[in-house]
Amino acid sequence: MTIASDRLPVLAQAARRRVPLAVLLDRQGVFSWLMMALPLAFLAALVGYPFFYGILLSLQDRPVARAGTFVGLKNFLTDLHDPIFWQVAINTFVYTGVATLLKMVGGLGLALAMNQHFRMKNLVRALLLLPFIVPTVLSTVAWLWMLDPAFSVVNRLMVALGWPKPGPSWLGDPTLAMVSIIIINTWRGLPFYGITLLAGLQTVPQELYEAAAIDGAGGWHRFRFITLPLLRPIILIVTLFSVIFTFADFQLVYVLTHGGPQNATNLFATYAFDLAMGAGQLGLGASVALAMLPALALLIVALTIYMRRD
Amino acid sequence: MVTGHGRLQHVVRVWLPVGFFLLVALFPFYWMAITSIKPNAELYNRNVMPLIVHAPTLKHYVDLLTKSSFLLWTWNTMLVAVVATAISLILGTMLAYPLARMRFAGASLIAMTIAAIYLVPQPLLFIPLADIINRLNLGNTLTSVILTYPTMLVPFCAWLLLGYFKSVPRELEEAARIDGASRVQTMRMIFLPLCTPGFISAGIFAFTLSQNEFLYALIFLTKSTVRTVPVGVIAELIRGDVFYWGQLMAGALLGSIPVALIYSFFVEHYVAGLTAGSVKA
Repeated sequence: MTIASDRLPVLAQAARRRVPLAVLLDRQGVFSWLMMALPLAFLAALVGYPFFYGILLSLQDRPVARAGTFVGLKNFLTDLHDPIFWQVAINTFVYTGVATLLKMVGGLGLALAMNQHFRMKNLVRALLLLPFIVPTVLSTVAWLWMLDPAFSVVNRLMVALGWPKPGPSWLGDPTLAMVSIIIINTWRGLPFYGITLLAGLQTVPQELYEAAAIDGAGGWHRFRFITLPLLRPIILIVTLFSVIFTFADFQLVYVLTHGGPQNATNLFATYAFDLAMGAGQLGLGASVALAMLPALALLIVALTIYMRRD
Repeated sequence: MVTGHGRLQHVVRVWLPVGFFLLVALFPFYWMAITSIKPNAELYNRNVMPLIVHAPTLKHYVDLLTKSSFLLWTWNTMLVAVVATAISLILGTMLAYPLARMRFAGASLIAMTIAAIYLVPQPLLFIPLADIINRLNLGNTLTSVILTYPTMLVPFCAWLLLGYFKSVPRELEEAARIDGASRVQTMRMIFLPLCTPGFISAGIFAFTLSQNEFLYALIFLTKSTVRTVPVGVIAELIRGDVFYWGQLMAGALLGSIPVALIYSFFVEHYVAGLTAGSVKA
C-alpha cells in the first residue's frame, strides 16, 4: 500500500504532463471510434458504396464502357416480362429448397452416426470435412469429369450394375441437370451441417438420456423429445446461414452447366453475370442481382437478430 | 465388452453409416487423383476397368507445370490469400477489440452491422464492384482482389474474433491498467498474445476463403499472368469442347493441396471456428 500511495502523486504528475491526446485516448468512446475508423471506412467504401451504387446502376440503361442514362424502373419491368427471369427465380427457389432439405437431413444423419464411440474418430471427422474446405471450383471440376457425357464414371458403374447403356445424360437433360447441381451442392455443404450439429450433439447432457431411458423412453422418443429440441437453435442458425449462400450460389453452376441446358439451371447470380458480363448490360444485370435482395434481406435480418440474442 | 455379437453390432451401427459418408465424401478426390496419373490411352478407353490405374504416368503433371501458367497462378493465389488474410486479421481486430472490451454508444449497432455485412453474398455486389475496379484502373492487377477479398473477410474475422475476445478473462488487463499501462499497451502486450488461438482460427478461415474465391477473381483477372488457380484452371485448362482431363485433375488436386495441408495441421482450430458462431449462440 505504501508503495502505491507513494506512486500516486508521481502518476498524477505524469498524467498531467502527458499530451492531451493520450488522455483523450484513455476514454473508451474516443479510443473505440479511433480504432474502428479505418476498418469502418474500408467497409463503407467497398461494401456500403458498391451496394448503393448497385441500386443506382439498376435504375440506369448502362452498357459497359459508356455513361449510363437514368431509366427509372424500366430494367425491373423488363425483368418482369422476361420468361427467363421467372424461370431463374423458380430454379433458385427449387435449388435452395431441395438442397437445404437434403443437407439438413443428411447432416443430422452424419452427426448422429459420428456421435458414437469408435476408433480414429478425429481422423474420420477431418476426412469428412474435406468436401467443404477444398476450393469449390476445383472439386466441381472433378464432378464435371465424373458426369462427362462420354466417359462418366458414374454411368460406367451404373451400366456395370445393369443400367441400360449409355446411362443418364446428367448435365444434358434439363431435369437431371438440376438434380446434378443439387446433389453436388449437397455433397459439398453436408459436412458443414454434420460437423456443426455434431458439436451441438456433444453439448447435450448425458443425464437427460439416462433419465429418459429410466422412464422407459425408446431411441426414437429420446431423439424426438430430447435431441431435436436441444438442437433446434443450432439447426436454425446453420440452415439460415446455408440458405443465404445457396440462394446466391454462383461458382458451382458456372462451372458445371453455365446455367444450361436451356436455362434449366440458371440461378439469379449466374443470370445476372450473363447479362452484365456476357451481354455487357450492367444496369439490367444489376436489377437481376437486386431481385435477390428482398429474400436475402429477410434472411440476413432474421439471422442477425438471432445471433445477437447470445 | 467386445463380444462377437457386440462387434457385429458396432460395425453395423458405426461403420456402415460412417463408411457410407466417407465413401461419398472422398470418392471425387480419389477419382481426381487417379485421373491425374492415368495415361490418355486409359482415360479415353471405355473398355478398361476405370477404378484403378493400369500404367501410372506423371505426364499430366509435367504438362501442367511446363505448358500452362499453373505455377504462376499458384504464386498469385498464395500472395493474394496471405496479404488479404493479414489485412483482414488486422482490420478485424481493430473492430472486434473495442466491441468486446469497451463500453460506448453505438456498439451494438456496429456489431449488428458487421454481422449483416458478413452475410451479404458476393453476387449482390459484383456488378457495381466490377465497374468501380474498372474506373480505378485496377483491372488485371492482384490489387483488385487483395482490396475486395477483405470485404468478406473483415466482417468474418471481426465476428469470429469478437466471440473469442469475449471469452478471455479481463483480470490480467485490469491488473495491467492499475499498474499504469495505457489502453494501447494493455491491448498489445497483455491481451492480444492471449488470443493467439482465436487468430489462428480466423486466419485459417480467411486463408481458406481467399483460396476458394472465384467470382471476383473471374471478373477482375482476365490475363493469364495475374490469374489465381481456380480461375486459371477453369478459363485456360478447359478449352472450348476439348477437355484436358488429366491436366485438369492434376491442377485441381495440386490446387487443393495448400488448403488441405494447412487444414490438416489446424483441424481442431478449424472445427472450433466452424462451430463457434452457431454452437455458442
